Amino acid sequence: MDIGYYPGCSLTGTAKEYDQSIRRIFSELGVNLIEVEDWSCCGATSAHATNHLLSLALPLRNINLAKRQGLKELFIPCAACYNRFVVAQYEVNRDASVRKEIENILEETIEADIRIINMIEMFEYIGKDAITARKRKDLKGFKVAAYYGCLLLRPPAVVKFDDPEQPSSMEEIIRLTGAEPIEWSFKTECCGASHSITNTNIVVTLSKRIIDDAREMGAEAIIVACPMCHSNLDMRQRNIAKVDAQHRNMPVLYLSELVGISMGLDREALGLNLHFIDTEPVLSRFSTAIVTKE
Amino acid sequence: MMRIGVFVCHCGENIGKTVDCPTVAKEVIKLPNVVYAIDYKYMCSDPGQNLIKQAIAEHKLNAVVVASCSPHMHEKTFRKAVSAAGLNPYMCEIANIREQCSWVHDNVEEATKKAIDLIRMTVERVKFNFPLSEIKVPITKKALVIGGGIAGIQAALDIAGAGYKVILVEKEPSIGGHMSQLSETFPTLDCSQCILTPRMVEVYQHPNIKLYTYSEVESVDGFIGNFKVTIRKKARYVKEDLCTGCGLCTQKCPIKRAPSEFDEGLSNRPAIYVPFPQAVPNIPVIDRTVCTYFKTGKCQMCKKVCGRDAIDFEQKDTLITEDVGAIIVATGYKLYKIDKKGPDSAVKGYGEYGYGKYKDVIDGLQFERLASASGPTAGEILRPSDRKQPKKVVFIQCVGSRDPSKGFEYCSKICCMYTAKHAMLYKHKVHDGEAYVFYMDIRAGGKGYEEFVRRAIEEDHVKYIRGRVSKVYEKKGKLIVKGEDTLAGVPVEIEADMVVLATAIVAQPEAAKLAQTLGIPYDKYGFYAEVHPKLRPVESSSGGIFLAGACQAPRDIPESVAMASAAASKALILFGNENLEREPIVAKVNESTCVGCFYCKKVCAYNAIEIKELKDKKGNLIKVVASVNTGLCQGCGTCNATCPSKSIELIGFNDEQIFYQIKAL
Amino acid sequence: MSSHTAIKSKENMTLAEEIESLYGIDVWRCYQCGKCSAGCPVRVFMKVAPNKVVRLVQLGMDEEALKSETIWICAGCLTCSTRCPQNFDIAKFMDVLKEIAIKRGIITRKDAMNFHRAFLKQVEANGKAFEFGLIRDYKLSTFNLFQDMDLAPEMFFKGKIKLFPHKIRNREAIKKIFNRTNKE
Repeated sequence: MDIGYYPGCSLTGTAKEYDQSIRRIFSELGVNLIEVEDWSCCGATSAHATNHLLSLALPLRNINLAKRQGLKELFIPCAACYNRFVVAQYEVNRDASVRKEIENILEETIEADIRIINMIEMFEYIGKDAITARKRKDLKGFKVAAYYGCLLLRPPAVVKFDDPEQPSSMEEIIRLTGAEPIEWSFKTECCGASHSITNTNIVVTLSKRIIDDAREMGAEAIIVACPMCHSNLDMRQRNIAKVDAQHRNMPVLYLSELVGISMGLDREALGLNLHFIDTEPVLSRFSTAIVTKE
Repeated sequence: MMRIGVFVCHCGENIGKTVDCPTVAKEVIKLPNVVYAIDYKYMCSDPGQNLIKQAIAEHKLNAVVVASCSPHMHEKTFRKAVSAAGLNPYMCEIANIREQCSWVHDNVEEATKKAIDLIRMTVERVKFNFPLSEIKVPITKKALVIGGGIAGIQAALDIAGAGYKVILVEKEPSIGGHMSQLSETFPTLDCSQCILTPRMVEVYQHPNIKLYTYSEVESVDGFIGNFKVTIRKKARYVKEDLCTGCGLCTQKCPIKRAPSEFDEGLSNRPAIYVPFPQAVPNIPVIDRTVCTYFKTGKCQMCKKVCGRDAIDFEQKDTLITEDVGAIIVATGYKLYKIDKKGPDSAVKGYGEYGYGKYKDVIDGLQFERLASASGPTAGEILRPSDRKQPKKVVFIQCVGSRDPSKGFEYCSKICCMYTAKHAMLYKHKVHDGEAYVFYMDIRAGGKGYEEFVRRAIEEDHVKYIRGRVSKVYEKKGKLIVKGEDTLAGVPVEIEADMVVLATAIVAQPEAAKLAQTLGIPYDKYGFYAEVHPKLRPVESSSGGIFLAGACQAPRDIPESVAMASAAASKALILFGNENLEREPIVAKVNESTCVGCFYCKKVCAYNAIEIKELKDKKGNLIKVVASVNTGLCQGCGTCNATCPSKSIELIGFNDEQIFYQIKAL
Repeated sequence: MSSHTAIKSKENMTLAEEIESLYGIDVWRCYQCGKCSAGCPVRVFMKVAPNKVVRLVQLGMDEEALKSETIWICAGCLTCSTRCPQNFDIAKFMDVLKEIAIKRGIITRKDAMNFHRAFLKQVEANGKAFEFGLIRDYKLSTFNLFQDMDLAPEMFFKGKIKLFPHKIRNREAIKKIFNRTNKE
């Protein structure tokens, strides 16, 4: 199966392991990821926070590129990029004058009708049976907290994915691996987003709250589907440890990594060695066979 | 030979400032067949009316045109005056030179010309008028009250007290409605059942009231004064004439765990049950969805223990027809539930408060059941989850109300008051407890209401926090409430033991269906529509059908009771006459030209067209034609406009009259 | 667009009118219930709550609204807009205020603006974000050279931060987009 792929800037840099694990598992699952040719940045937070038209033009350029390549769907694993793409399509479809402005800026006509798919939806898309068919390792007893973050679910009228307050789609995928998602109330609470560098204390406060709650509710690891969330929850635990001497590390896994582990794939191949918080303590009990590609 | 008199009213400055009335009178007297014309400052006043009466006598007028305000205002006045002078009232027509002339123009010269034109048109029209008399319709002096809550009970007692028979239909096994579920009522903190149950018993024992409980109105035919109603009396599987209400069957029933509707799901009841101890009638009903016998054919414990052999599993629903003259709709309300709604629903649930999955997040009626001495916790405030006493209770107002994004735009009116009441009751019962109320505004406009809320704040020390709550979630047995006080501009987070939501008042789920059965209009929320919100609040636009209580809009008990008495008085007005007198401007079918296509029947909004068979002397069918029910016809003229053969006409407002009126321009 | 905004010229418009005419947001929809502030994850870091910023604009206190730190602290999590009973897109409102503030040269949180500037500078030059360049420029602007230095070696070692940016081929197209949307 072929599908358009837009990794986004983070996946080629600080969120390398996300891209790595995605490519590894989808090659196992027989999915051909067709990267958008010469794709550019979606603008992320900085564009929409300072320049409305720029924030729409940047993603729409990429949508046009994808369409020219003949792609009808675009799998976008980064939740922020995903959100910007969906919002951009929504805005131009809703308001003809905005569409005209962007068309003038891009010097291209816009047909904003490409199907944007996030990480969780991608698993739903290829089908749950396909995943269970490839399960080599049952992760039974592995208690994890499904963390959705903000941009996969909001604004609900635009994104139209799952329930913005009590989502359950990620947990369904997690269950396919045998792992046990815990009940907790911080699934959709913000991690601090792009304040990571400018206001690290905000990220420390918010992410610590999330991690502490997950731990209190019995989770051994947190599962995410967004590189920003991962960075704030994983890398910033170093900062959390500085303000809280009692802090105990909580590994943070990408959903693609979790699925990869249940497929029996090598942890290094999935990029698990690239995390800041060591994942071995919770994963070593699921010993991996090195699975060679057929 | 027409002798028409024209009377031009100044209406003070309303007409007189823009229309030169003396000139108008001088001009219109020149019109053919006008033998008298005069202008006067206030035609509708006594002297003004006398002018008309005198002129009719002196000048032997046989038709009158009054140039004045809209016929909506004073057509009745002038027709009555004319009638007092011995002239048929339908020989009087109004030319509207106010709303259609002086109120919408500035230029005096042009407005005066227009006024003359309008009068000339009306003069031409009145030439084709002929005397008409009111249509008399007989009245069945019996009332139907739909709904046995406090409003329905009040209406029934009022009409029965006046000496007329009443049929009261209630869909639940007992009358009493939501008021019977309440613990105390604001602002007096009277025990709700103590003030209600005497009324319930009075209804049951009243010789003029026939009570059908566990019954619903199935269909309604007819019209004002002459309704034919079919009532479905659902099978209780208990013979009412034999049952003594001893309650043994309910004690012995092995099915103990069906959720109790009366306790809003906070307790259980058996399969054969009486909803609450003071139920009227005190006769149980079998819920066949949980009854073992109905599901598997086994058990019959109730039948075995009944000393009167009153259990009858073979009982069927019965259909009863009743003839009534007036109907009062008092079907009440329901509370909005916060659980997740389907994708097509106009309203959404409240996911941020848990979609109803947290046991200790309850609504107002559930709190009433906790506070009630006859409730699941015998009046102690205890958490539904673990039956422990909550030490911190948070009350959240406006859940679903004033919320276009998830619920309804409107304000549910009673929540500010009952929340203050709940908080006070809680503090009275749990002295060391803390009560918090999150509000947007306080609506306490009734008598003693503001003082009541102040009492909660100043005497019972309920903490009022101004701001909506963003999220409520459960953590380790506590409910974390995240809010903001916008007055101080600070975030407020409370670890509560229980949260009570003041959820919106909504229309009953079957409200639209009943409205369609009755033929009355309702709004987009399902609340029934009154004819005029200010001056006719208890009448629906269908003659003879009146509204009382919360089925029309969210309202409290005093208003519901007042409305019920008002609706009852409307019915009594109807019954106070021998016959119903209706305006004669109704449709009439020309049976010789009518071909029976019934397009008129299709477009008639009042179901006033009937099918009539014309037979010859031997009884053979000649043809089928349309026939107008003059009791229902509202004279709207839609049939007239639709009829392809012009076989249906409005009497007193026919094509000829209108044609000549237009031609005069 | 309400009738009164159509008549005024841009110079005479209040901030509320400007917001409505340019972005279609009617500030009077907000009835100050405070639900946005109640659920805002970063509200505790703000001196002026989100609902109060809307109130300032409603009252015509334009300067105070644009000068508030609140608009720069907003994390863009969209919780407020999702839960607002009046369907008021307050998150977008915060972005709109930032855009207008930048146009008028009112930048209260220079660190936030420098970050965005540094980020977008890389995107304009390379077509993609470039973390090393972003961090370098940001640190130079804040003079806080030692922030996160402890994490840097690990980042390099794991290949997560590159020393040189990856440049896309069609940088011309990106430049054009930036030029045509340039606001500063």
